[in-house]
Amino acid sequence: MPELLAQVQLQDRSTSEASCIADNGFCPSWIADNLDRYVDPFVQHVFLTLASVAVGFAIAFALALVAHRHRWLIAPIVQVTGIMYTLPSIAVFFLLLPLTGRGNLTAIVALVAYSLLIIFRNVTAGLDNVPDETKDAGRGMGLTDRQLLWRVELPLALPEIMAGLRIATTTTVGLATLAFFAGAGGLGEQIFADINFKSNVVVAGGLAIVLAALLDGLILLAQRAITPWTRARTA
Amino acid sequence: MTPELAFLGQFGDAIQFIFVGETSREGTQVGGSQFLELTWEHVKLSGLSMAIACAITIPLGLWLGHIRRFSFLAISASNIGRAVPSLALIAFFVAYLGIGFTNLTVALVLLAIPPILTNTYVGVTQVDPETVDASRGMGMTEPEIVARVELPLALPLIFGGIKTSAVNVIATATIAPLAGVTTLGDPIINVSGYGDTGRLAAAIVVASLAVLTELLLSAAQRAATPRGLKLESDPSRRRRLPTRIGRAAST
Repeated sequence: MPELLAQVQLQDRSTSEASCIADNGFCPSWIADNLDRYVDPFVQHVFLTLASVAVGFAIAFALALVAHRHRWLIAPIVQVTGIMYTLPSIAVFFLLLPLTGRGNLTAIVALVAYSLLIIFRNVTAGLDNVPDETKDAGRGMGLTDRQLLWRVELPLALPEIMAGLRIATTTTVGLATLAFFAGAGGLGEQIFADINFKSNVVVAGGLAIVLAALLDGLILLAQRAITPWTRARTA
Repeated sequence: MTPELAFLGQFGDAIQFIFVGETSREGTQVGGSQFLELTWEHVKLSGLSMAIACAITIPLGLWLGHIRRFSFLAISASNIGRAVPSLALIAFFVAYLGIGFTNLTVALVLLAIPPILTNTYVGVTQVDPETVDASRGMGMTEPEIVARVELPLALPLIFGGIKTSAVNVIATATIAPLAGVTTLGDPIINVSGYGDTGRLAAAIVVASLAVLTELLLSAAQRAATPRGLKLESDPSRRRRLPTRIGRAAST
């Protein structure tokens, strides 16, 4: 008997839902019932974002350290990464398809290419903004170039480096909504699947915005934690 | 495929598709001159959106920068703009306001505003206050100061914002067919009529369009930069300023 009751309830709810969906309204009950269909795309979206930003950061950071020693490299690196930044990711997904095929690899390569300029520029600016006196003082204390870089210049450049990371992360969350064109899924696939249905668009689009804000906030918290001296200065 | 392009493989096919085109399964002409129409629609949509965005945002940014108020609004505009995916923005418009050229243009204008607003505001506020004081001392009125001192000095940054927005708008105009506007995104969204070659061809044209726009705006940016600022940014002539504050003021 309880089974029957449950069935009746289910049917009852589905009729009111059906009218809401037929009117293409904003249907909270539909959202509550269908939230689980967004879990996998959301997880995939997080994966694409984190993988791309991590690889992009590793490459751009290494390039910035090399260019910090060999200043002439800055201009060509900015030019090459600038072109990658200019190319629309949606176009890059298709340009890469003949080379890397459909899937995560294509999506991540395109997203990494986009993030390089943002991170490289911020790391370079951060290192350049370290006052000369501070570096001189470090050298006067007998630090080698390597020690100066890791103990003085990079810690002082951290606010700018982290700012670059935040910009790259929020941008990548946004661009990853197009990654389904490369066959890599993500929240964009859900938006695209039923773009006229308000409830669907609000949930999938909203999740992308929440993810961007969440990751942005997490990086900001991490920055506060590892640069306690910046708080003392502004206070 | 012509033999000269054979070594490019699928890319050769795509290039041939752009310039010559082919007949689709439905018997209509795709590629070639039809691509010209798609490109024109793409440029028209992007250009109109950018023109409206500039007309609204630059005066607003100049004014906010001049009175040095609402900095939180002007700065966080681009942070918020970045967090809203362009696909989600277009989808909100399609689901709530419907498809069509006008609605899509409004969506693209909204997309274009934040970088221009932030850059214009920052460009004006970083003008040396002594320069503004000097202009006031010379008897310039406030509108004159904005138009003849702050605007020229802020131009390089304003152009930076316009470049960011323009490239973003061109990229987003690719998904315009979702909102019922037939741009270069048509072969990408409605792949059945064009095939994989047509889709790759569209990607090549969109990418070229973005790079071309970037180059044109960079040239315009250089042409519009006041000579004094050019001298300052030339590293061989720049006097190394000793402190962080001094250096910030010099940029």
